[in-house]
Amino acid sequence: MTTQARPSRARPAWVASALGVLAVSMVAGLLDGAADISPWQVVLQAVDWLPFAHVDSGLAPVEQGLLYELRLPRVLVAAVVGGLLAMAGAGYQGVFRNPLADPYLLGAAAGAGLAATAVIVLLPSAEGSVPIAAFAGAVGGVFLAYTLGNTAGRAGGTATLVLAGVAVTSFLTAIQTFVQQFKVEELQRIYAWILGDVGGGWDQLWLVLPYAAVSAVLLLVHGRMLDVLSVGDEEATSLGVRASRVRFTVLLAASLATASAVAVSGLIGFVGIVVPHVVRRLAGGSYRSVLPLSMIGGAAFLVLADLVARTVLAPAELPIGVVTMFVGAPFFVGVLRMTRRAVT
Amino acid sequence: MIGASAVSVRLGGRDVVADVGLDVHRGEWLAIIGPNGAGKSTLLKAVMGLVAHRGEVTIDSRPAAALKPRARARLVAYAPQSPALPPDMSVFDYALLGRTPYIPYLGRESGHDRRVAASVLDRLDLTELGTRRVGELSGGERQRVVLARALAQEAPVLLLDEPTTALDLGHQQQVLELVDRLRRADGLTVVTTLHDLTVAGLYADSLLLMAEGRAVAAGRPAQVLTEALVGRHFDAQVKIERGPDGRPVVHLVRGGP
Ligand SMILES: Nc1ncnc2c1ncn2[C@@H]1O[C@H](COP(=O)(O)OP(=O)(O)O)[C@@H](O)[C@H]1O
Ligand SMILES: [Mg+2]
Repeated sequence: MTTQARPSRARPAWVASALGVLAVSMVAGLLDGAADISPWQVVLQAVDWLPFAHVDSGLAPVEQGLLYELRLPRVLVAAVVGGLLAMAGAGYQGVFRNPLADPYLLGAAAGAGLAATAVIVLLPSAEGSVPIAAFAGAVGGVFLAYTLGNTAGRAGGTATLVLAGVAVTSFLTAIQTFVQQFKVEELQRIYAWILGDVGGGWDQLWLVLPYAAVSAVLLLVHGRMLDVLSVGDEEATSLGVRASRVRFTVLLAASLATASAVAVSGLIGFVGIVVPHVVRRLAGGSYRSVLPLSMIGGAAFLVLADLVARTVLAPAELPIGVVTMFVGAPFFVGVLRMTRRAVT
Repeated sequence: MIGASAVSVRLGGRDVVADVGLDVHRGEWLAIIGPNGAGKSTLLKAVMGLVAHRGEVTIDSRPAAALKPRARARLVAYAPQSPALPPDMSVFDYALLGRTPYIPYLGRESGHDRRVAASVLDRLDLTELGTRRVGELSGGERQRVVLARALAQEAPVLLLDEPTTALDLGHQQQVLELVDRLRRADGLTVVTTLHDLTVAGLYADSLLLMAEGRAVAAGRPAQVLTEALVGRHFDAQVKIERGPDGRPVVHLVRGGP
């Protein structure tokens, strides 16, 4: 009885190792490209940045500036975006009771893509507002799908919601394709945005941080409720849980997380499926551990993906979305093969 | 303790349950019997508030519709006929879900909740399976795990939809005896659907025979389990005798219809 009577939260050992991996990835992300800086100096410098801590890293002011103005925000944006996408993916998977659900399932990507394209094509002078437009577009896309799904089907049901997401996605993508034809010369910029970029700097980090924090907290506290939802709506109801209300709250939080991530980084695919799936394999299926571990694991994954994006073709940069898809697509096929038995 | 009057459920354009009533007092056991598709499971769902229905359900003399979901879940526990089992969840965590009505929305299980879940697993001989994944269990083990979840709810009314279909003889007896003991010791009120008529007659105080959505007979086992009623509504040829304790025993007759 003593061995079983433990709560099903994330085990400290898993959290500690995930945090360790994240720390190492972040140091590696800061370090890259600066040949004469040692990892140890980076660690010292990172400690120095903390409030009230003063240590001498031995770095020249130019090197400190490079780290602080370019590398640090980049690594932090990658970490925040990776954490948000992975958590949002886990949240969607819990709500739809399907391990292959994706943060973009309900039209967030198509909405953001349309809004960003519209700004780039129609308001070239307001280029600085692409993140805000993408955020609004993502929220709008999900809102559209949710409203459509709930008016077309039984209120709170999941099947019509997914179909509504498919419909909204193809509809908004069609409009986006139409809009981008107006200025073919902007195609490259549109695609650069779509394929993702975490190099936006401090401004963009501050822009999303409040939304990121709210959505992350909302998602993290719903771990147990998602576990209850996993027995299905009827049984969750018989346990006194209003399934549609939980679903609405989690969808809201996960969509906010997705919109925040999309706003600063464009459309980075597969993180939301790959990371929670690996976490589930390693640390078990309870959302009480899947959510926090996905957040940490997603952050580490995207920091490393960005590192790869910057280094494999240096000095040229690969779009980070290409890197995640390069890892993600074969993995996705593997997941499909492994879950085929359960689906058929 | 639990009652229903004139309950009707319309699904797919027809009345799957039509004008059925029931009334079960504290500590009693009602078994709902009837051929496949008679509407037994749907009636239980209506009583549980899981499908839209007409008519009134009362729990402890209060209209069920007026109860908040959590309050209702503390009064009535339900184990469905084909439960959705999250394959990756451990047996212990699954049983612990039964404590949900007592845990605040964003809270977590107390030590007491864990002790209740552990003791229920113990009573059902499932302690050894506690750390196993639900997806790895046999059909009979699953059925007992679902029962454990319902019992962990510690509700005074227990609705069980075919709780013994996947169980071997020994485990059938174990489960039914456990429910019977709880009923005698704690005054639990039990409503089950049971497809084995002899078993239904053996354990239940009263039977409700349903056919095509209607209640066609209700009463003590000996009144409902008659060769005429069973023969007509199950379309079967049976012979019914008195068992050692005076309860009816249903035999199939070979060469029947
Ligand atoms: N969601 C539904 N839509 C339409 N018909 C249904 C639905 N659920 C059950 N039914 C029908 O209702 C009848 C009663 O089902 P059920 O209550 O499961 O019967 P029982 O438990 O007595 O075998 C069956 O004919 C079944 O096909
Ligand atoms: Mg049934």
